[in-house]
Amino acid sequence: MKLPQFEYACPTTLHDAVALLAARAGDAKALAGGQSLMPMMAFRIAQPALLVDLRKLPGLREIKVSGDGVRLGAMVRWRDIEDDARLASAHPLLKAAIAHVAHYQIRNRGTVGGSLAHADPAAELPGIALTCEAEIAVMGKGGARTIKATDFFLGALTTALEADEIITELRLPPWPQERAKSRRWGFQEFARRRGDFAMAGVAAFYDLDNSNKAMNTHIGVIGIGDRPHRLPAVEAMLNGRAIDDASIERVAAATSAAVEPQDDIHASAAYRRALVGTLVERALTSAAA
Amino acid sequence: MKNTFIGSPVERREDLRFLRGRGQYVDDLAPEGLLYAVILRSSVAHGRIVSVDTKAALKIPGVHAVITANDMPGGPPIIPMRLQPLPEFKPFEQPVIASTKVRYVGEPLAVVLAKSVAIGEDALEAIEVEIESLPAVADWHVAAKNKNILFESQGTNRSLVFEARKGDADVIFASAPYVRREKMRTGRHYGLTLEPRGVMAEWDAARGRLTVSGAAKVPFFNRRILAKQINLPEDSIDMVENDVGGGYGARGEFYPEDFLIPFAARHVNRPVKWIEDRRENLMAMNHARETEAELEVACASDGTLLAIRGEIHTDMGAYMRTNGAVGARNVAQFLSGPYRVPHIKIDSSLWMTNKTPVGTYRGPGRFESSFYIERMLDMIAGDLGIDRVELRRRNLVTAAEQPYSIATIQPTNATDQYDSGDYRATLDRVLKEINWPEVSKLQGKLIGEKYHGLGVACFVEGGAAGPKETARLELNDDGTVSVFLGTSSVGQGVETVFAQIAADALEWPMERIRHVHHGSTSYVSDGYGAYHSRSTVMGGSAVLEATNHFQAAIREAGAKRLKCEAAAVKIDPDNVSGPDGQSFPLKELAGLTAEGAFLNKKHTYSYGAHAVHVTVDPKIGRIEIIDYVLVQDVGRAVNPLTLRGQMIGSLVQGLGGAVLEHLQYDEDGQFLTASLADYLLPTASDFPNLRCVILEDYPSPINPLSVKGAGEGGIVAAGGAIANAVANALQSFGVEPRQLPLTPTYIWELVQAGRQKQAAE
Repeated sequence: MKLPQFEYACPTTLHDAVALLAARAGDAKALAGGQSLMPMMAFRIAQPALLVDLRKLPGLREIKVSGDGVRLGAMVRWRDIEDDARLASAHPLLKAAIAHVAHYQIRNRGTVGGSLAHADPAAELPGIALTCEAEIAVMGKGGARTIKATDFFLGALTTALEADEIITELRLPPWPQERAKSRRWGFQEFARRRGDFAMAGVAAFYDLDNSNKAMNTHIGVIGIGDRPHRLPAVEAMLNGRAIDDASIERVAAATSAAVEPQDDIHASAAYRRALVGTLVERALTSAAA
Repeated sequence: MKNTFIGSPVERREDLRFLRGRGQYVDDLAPEGLLYAVILRSSVAHGRIVSVDTKAALKIPGVHAVITANDMPGGPPIIPMRLQPLPEFKPFEQPVIASTKVRYVGEPLAVVLAKSVAIGEDALEAIEVEIESLPAVADWHVAAKNKNILFESQGTNRSLVFEARKGDADVIFASAPYVRREKMRTGRHYGLTLEPRGVMAEWDAARGRLTVSGAAKVPFFNRRILAKQINLPEDSIDMVENDVGGGYGARGEFYPEDFLIPFAARHVNRPVKWIEDRRENLMAMNHARETEAELEVACASDGTLLAIRGEIHTDMGAYMRTNGAVGARNVAQFLSGPYRVPHIKIDSSLWMTNKTPVGTYRGPGRFESSFYIERMLDMIAGDLGIDRVELRRRNLVTAAEQPYSIATIQPTNATDQYDSGDYRATLDRVLKEINWPEVSKLQGKLIGEKYHGLGVACFVEGGAAGPKETARLELNDDGTVSVFLGTSSVGQGVETVFAQIAADALEWPMERIRHVHHGSTSYVSDGYGAYHSRSTVMGGSAVLEATNHFQAAIREAGAKRLKCEAAAVKIDPDNVSGPDGQSFPLKELAGLTAEGAFLNKKHTYSYGAHAVHVTVDPKIGRIEIIDYVLVQDVGRAVNPLTLRGQMIGSLVQGLGGAVLEHLQYDEDGQFLTASLADYLLPTASDFPNLRCVILEDYPSPINPLSVKGAGEGGIVAAGGAIANAVANALQSFGVEPRQLPLTPTYIWELVQAGRQKQAAE
C-alpha cells in the first residue's frame, strides 16, 4: 500500500495548472485534499504519471455569500463550511449535509472540488449540488465554462470533467432569505458508523405557497445507484399539496418504488429501498416540523 | 514495610515511553544495509500453480532478489501446530509458501526484496503468475458436499470432528418434557491489532547467528519451529520482542512470514524487514469465529436444563494453523457456559474452505458458544413462561457445586473443571447496577422512533494455560532489581503488573524494580508466552517464585559474609544485616540472580454477567446502547486500572463483532473486505456508554496470587447479551436474532418478517 512512482508539480497559477494537466492528456491528476486520491494510489487503483498540486493556486479558498447564492471555491475544506456562521442561514441544507462528512481529520483536509471531481455516489456534496441545481465552474485549456450539476455526474467516479479541466467553484443558487419561513428542508442519512459513507441519504426542500401547499419541491438521494439523482415523480406528488403525515407516507412509499438500489457488502437492495423511503419520510417530517 | 501495590490502581509504567513517542516497534528498526520484503499473494482462491515468472521483476532497479518455493531445496517447510497437534491435522498444515496449489486469496507466492517497499510493490506487478483456477469452496456448506476438495489426498474437506460428551444426552432427549431446537450462526472476525505484524531478520554469517525481531506472544515456541525449519540449533537464534501494538490471540503465532523473512535474510546475507500493511493484515492474519450451530436443548417444565445436543460447524479456512483448532474445540467444550448441564453431546466439525485460515481470537469459541446458549435461554424462557433472569439463576452452577466438571472433549480426552465462584452473585450485582427493576419497565416499549430492550448474559472465562512460566530477578549495580520473564507483552500492561507483584513480594518501593524484560528468548531459560489470559496468573506467580529464590540467594550470600545462619539474615531495600547488627549495602551483591518457575496443570475461571439496555430503530435497523454493565469476579485484581482497560476494551471488541465486523467473501472465494472501510471496526463514538464492576469474592485456589485470568470477559458474552436485548426490544414483532453480526439489513429483515407474519394472522 505504497504509492506508485509519479511526478509532482505545484503550480502557482491556474493557467499553469491547466497546462500541466493538458500536456499529459489524461495521465495526470489534480491533487486537492488528497482524501480519495491518495488511498486510491496506495491501493494502486489510480496510477497517474503526474500529480498537479492545487494548493498554491490563488482564489480558490473563498466562500462567497451574496444575493446570487453561495459560491464555494474548489479548495474550500469541509472545516471551512462547518465554521462559516453565515451558512446557517445562507444555506442550512448544505451545512446540515456537510456535518455528516467523514471524521475530524478528513474534514480538515477534504475539499469541495475534490469531492465533486471524485464523484462517489454516496458523497454528500455531489448530492447537495444536484438537488439544489448547482453549477460547477471549471477551467480548461479552452477557457472557463460552467457545467450544470445535472450534466456533471455521469456515473460512479465519473464526471463530465475533461482531462485538462480543473474545478474552480461550486455555485449554489440562492437560498431564499425573504421566504426563510416558507422554505422547508431536511437532510437525513444513515451510515453503519458515524462518518462512513452512507448506505443512503436524502436531501429535500420545498417552498410553501400562500395556502401552505408545497411548491418547488426538490428531493435528491445519495448512496443509491451509480450517482446522486433526483426523484422527479416523487417531487411532483408533493407539489401543490399540503405536507402532512398522509402525504409524507405516500411519498415515502413512492420513493421506495422509484429507486433502483443494489446489493453490496453493507446492505441488501431491499433494505436500501426501504431505507431511502424512511429517510424521505424523516427528512420531510423534520422539514415540516 | 508492608506493600499494597497489588490491588492498587498503579498507573502503567509503559505509558511514559509510549506517550513520549519512545516506544520501539519492529518497524522502528532499520539497520545498515536493510532490504524491504514485499509479498506476492495469490489473487485466486483455489487453483493449481502453473508458473511464477520473476524475470521482469528482477530487472526493476532497486529489486535485489525475488524468492519463490523453487529457492527452497526439499520444498517449502510446513508450519506445525502448537495447540492440539493431532496427527489427523498433519495433512492440512500450511506450507510457508505455495508451490503446487493455492488455497486462499492472500496465500504467499513470492517474496520480493527491494531497497524500498514502494519499489517492491512495483515489482509485484511485474511478476507473472499463471494459475489454473479450480472451483472455490467458499463456505462450509460447499465444503461438506466434498465435491471440490482442498487436499485431494484426504478425500474430504473435514479435518476433524471434536466430540463434547457428558452423561447420556440421547436418553434424556428421548423422554424430555420440553425441547427447543435452533439453527444459528456467527460472523467471521479477526483480532485486528492496531500495529500490524512485522518481522525483521539479521543473519550473522560469521557467527552463524540469526536475530529475529518482531517476535510476540510465543517466541520460545516459534524459535523451536524456526530452528528446525531453517536447520540451526535453537540457541543460534535470538527472538527479540519489541513493543507490540496488540495481540488478541492472532499476533505472534507462527505464520508463513515468520519463516520467509529469516530465510530471505540468510539467503541474501542482508538484514530483511517485512511490515504487514492493513490490506495484508486483513487477508493474511488469522481469521476466527465463523461457525454455524444446530442445537437442541432439553428442559424440565420448571426450566431446569437437562441436556444439550447438536452439531457445530466451523469454517476453518484453507489450512490448519498453529492454534487453529482451539475455537472449534472451545465452542463445543464451553457451550454450557456457567450453567449446570448434566448431559451434553456436541459434534464440532472442522471444515476446510478457500478462505484465510483461522486461529484464536480473544475468547475463542467462547464468544460463539455464549451467543448460542444465551439466545436459547431467552427463547426457552419465553416458551415456558419463566422470567429469563430467574431461568438463568436456576441453572447457574452454585458455589457449593465447585469445582464443576464440564464436558470431556474427544479425541484429545480433554477434561476441565471450573475452579471456584458464586455465579449468581455476579448476576444479582449486574441487575442491581443497571437498575433492572426500574429499566425493565421499558422492555418492548416504543418511545419516539425507537423500541427499548434489555438483555442479560452470564459467562465464564478460562485462563492460566500451563504448563509453566519462568521468571528471573537480577540485582543491578545501583541496588535496583530487574525482572526477566518468559511471558510476553502484547500491550496489556504486564510490565506494571509484574513490577507490582515483585515490589510487594520483596517489600521494596516500586521504583526499585527498574526494568521488567519479557518475551525475548535471551532473558530466561524457557517461556510459554501470552495467551489464554495467562500472563498475570502464570507470569505473576513465576515472579513470586523468583522473588522467593532471589531473597534466599541474598540470605545465603549474606550469611557467608556476615558469618551467620541464612535464616537469621534480614534484607531491607538498602542493606543486608545479621543478628548482631552487622550489615553491608545490598548493592554490593550486584549481579546476584535467581530464577523461579510456576508449574500449573489447572485453569482459572473468572466469571460474571453482562446487562445491557438498548434502543432499536425498527425501520432502519439501528441499535444504540443506552447503558451497558459488565460485572466480573476475577478472584483478585492485581491492578484495577489495567484490568478495567481489559474489561472495557474486550467489551468494545465484543460489540464490534456483535454489531459491525464481518469478513466477507463472494462465492468464488474473492475477499470483499480488504480495507477498514469495509471491515467495520468500532470507533470511539460507537459504544460510549459502557461500565464495568470488578469483584474479588472468590480467589482462585490454584495459584499463590489467588488471581484469575481476566482479559476476555467483556468479549465472551457481548454477542448474546446484545442479541437478547434486540429480541426484547422488538418482541412485538416476534423478532429472534439467530445470527451475528446484527447488521441493519438483518434487523430490518427480521422486523419485516414479523410484520408480514402478523399481517397474515
